[in-house]
Amino acid sequence: MFKKSFAYTVFWPRLRRNRLAMLGGTVVLMLFVISLLAPWLSPYHPSTINAWEVLQPPTCQHWFGTDELGRDVLARVLFGARISLKVGFVAVGIAVLLGMTVGLLAGYYGGWLDTLLMRLVDIMLCFPSFFLILAVIAFLQPSIWIIMAVIGLTGWMGVARLVRAEVLTIREMEYILAARCIGCSDLRIITRHILPNALSPVLVAATLGVAGAILTESALSFLGIGVQPPTPSWGNILTSGKDYIEFAWWLSLFPGLAILITVLSYNLLGEGIRDALDPRTIR
Amino acid sequence: MTAYLLRRILLLIPLMFGITLITFTVIHMAPGEPVEMQMAMNPKVGKEARERLQKFYGLDKPLHVQYVTWVKQLAQFDFGRSFSSDNRPVLDKIKERLPVTLSLNIVALVIEFGLAIPIGVLAAVHRNTLLDKGITVFVFLGFAVPTFWLALLLMYLFGVKLNWLPISGMHTLGYEAYGWFGQLLDLAKHLVMPILVASFGSLAGVSRYMRSAMLQVIEQDYITTARAKGLSERVVIWKHALRNALLPLITLVGFSLPGLIGGSVIFETIFSIPGMGQLFYQGVMARDYPVVMGILVIGAFLTLLGNLLADISYALADPRIRQQ
Repeated sequence: MFKKSFAYTVFWPRLRRNRLAMLGGTVVLMLFVISLLAPWLSPYHPSTINAWEVLQPPTCQHWFGTDELGRDVLARVLFGARISLKVGFVAVGIAVLLGMTVGLLAGYYGGWLDTLLMRLVDIMLCFPSFFLILAVIAFLQPSIWIIMAVIGLTGWMGVARLVRAEVLTIREMEYILAARCIGCSDLRIITRHILPNALSPVLVAATLGVAGAILTESALSFLGIGVQPPTPSWGNILTSGKDYIEFAWWLSLFPGLAILITVLSYNLLGEGIRDALDPRTIR
Repeated sequence: MTAYLLRRILLLIPLMFGITLITFTVIHMAPGEPVEMQMAMNPKVGKEARERLQKFYGLDKPLHVQYVTWVKQLAQFDFGRSFSSDNRPVLDKIKERLPVTLSLNIVALVIEFGLAIPIGVLAAVHRNTLLDKGITVFVFLGFAVPTFWLALLLMYLFGVKLNWLPISGMHTLGYEAYGWFGQLLDLAKHLVMPILVASFGSLAGVSRYMRSAMLQVIEQDYITTARAKGLSERVVIWKHALRNALLPLITLVGFSLPGLIGGSVIFETIFSIPGMGQLFYQGVMARDYPVVMGILVIGAFLTLLGNLLADISYALADPRIRQQ
């Protein structure tokens, strides 16, 4: 009940007042709609090859031009939104679940478990994460599921640290003591009393994390180890953009702008959520 | 201080073991054995090579024995031999690539911090003005621009349209004929774009961080004191406040290392710069296990070392840490 009233009376009104965050949120919602409706919005099928219209600059028929196989770039960018959305959400979902579990366990139980888990976090943070992701994907066959799993499995450390820090303070609260006194099990205390109160920083990290995951996926696809053609992804359209940079600027411009706008929107939304949840400024 | 240093160095040992363990696990997660996969990928590899590989990995032995053998070899700086046709020791390959990547990244780091610090300070001092808002917009754009896309745009603009800068490699063909100044100019022309791209990556983050550090410092009592003494605003901001706001940035340098090294894959591949990132990418594409394992371990060790140096410099710079 408290959670609900907080969301309605404090969080939402504060977020609504933040114009940039609302703009970001709107664009994010629009991207959802676009990826859902891509088959209907798109004027062409993204994989239809047309040998007569190879590398055409933007025209009335092809707003974003065509690529080296004569495929419509607008259609590929629209369908690419689906990939980005999927990767962003699934990867961050994995990272958040894993990070939250590690953070809760380490923070609640402390002792050797805490030491062990936090050293694991330190070690994972030592690896240049892009190297680690590349290495894993190279040894498995690149597929969208592997990519999402790997981005998630290399991105949970920040969430783990955040949650642990939250748990360390919440653990000492009187209501936890009270819960323990009336005989709540550890599992119940963790899931019902600690977790809900440790969620706000996770929400911010998750929103910003989606942006990061989208960037990583596009970089991987750009390097040719991400989403494999003919499935369109913003990253792999840019690969042909690089190959034809001397003749076809539109191949590089539009998918890049799509990434830029998407990532910017998630970041604006995330920062807005952070400000709206900041206890120092809540009256 | 000595105790602190000793403790930090002792802590390196379990972390190093962890790094090797994770690298080993990652490589052995692959379905099928590395040698089989190598055979499948490249039918040209002969029987002799197969035996050599199997011997290198000790694939007939149980996993924990393989791990111990590998770590023992690592301890003697033996990273094995590359799978590629030149079959050279991995360490030699890394040695000739590492200086390129390191020097590029150091220059990028200097430029990045040299720009980010004044930007952050200006934004903090002129908080909520048009300047601050402009900087915030720039920072958010900086966060959102994919570095490889930025590289493409720069290549198109300066390389293709204006034809001012070469778009790949480190040297022009036949650059040896130039004098030393010509060679230097040639190198600089080739590296302007890669360095710009490399430093742009975290410029936004660092200046944002600098802004909030500065905002916190400006509210401190000693800044009020400095103003009350009648010091000029310039001295208050750029000397008293800046020095204190810079402290947490030392740690940030350490933290940004893995990102820089990781990012080198992207810009070295795009601009065809023969550095460690490119070697790693080639190793990954050719499934050259020893090269990939070697670079993973070395990259992580470098980060570990960078973090240690950052922590030590922090302790040296801040007496409050030293006395804990």
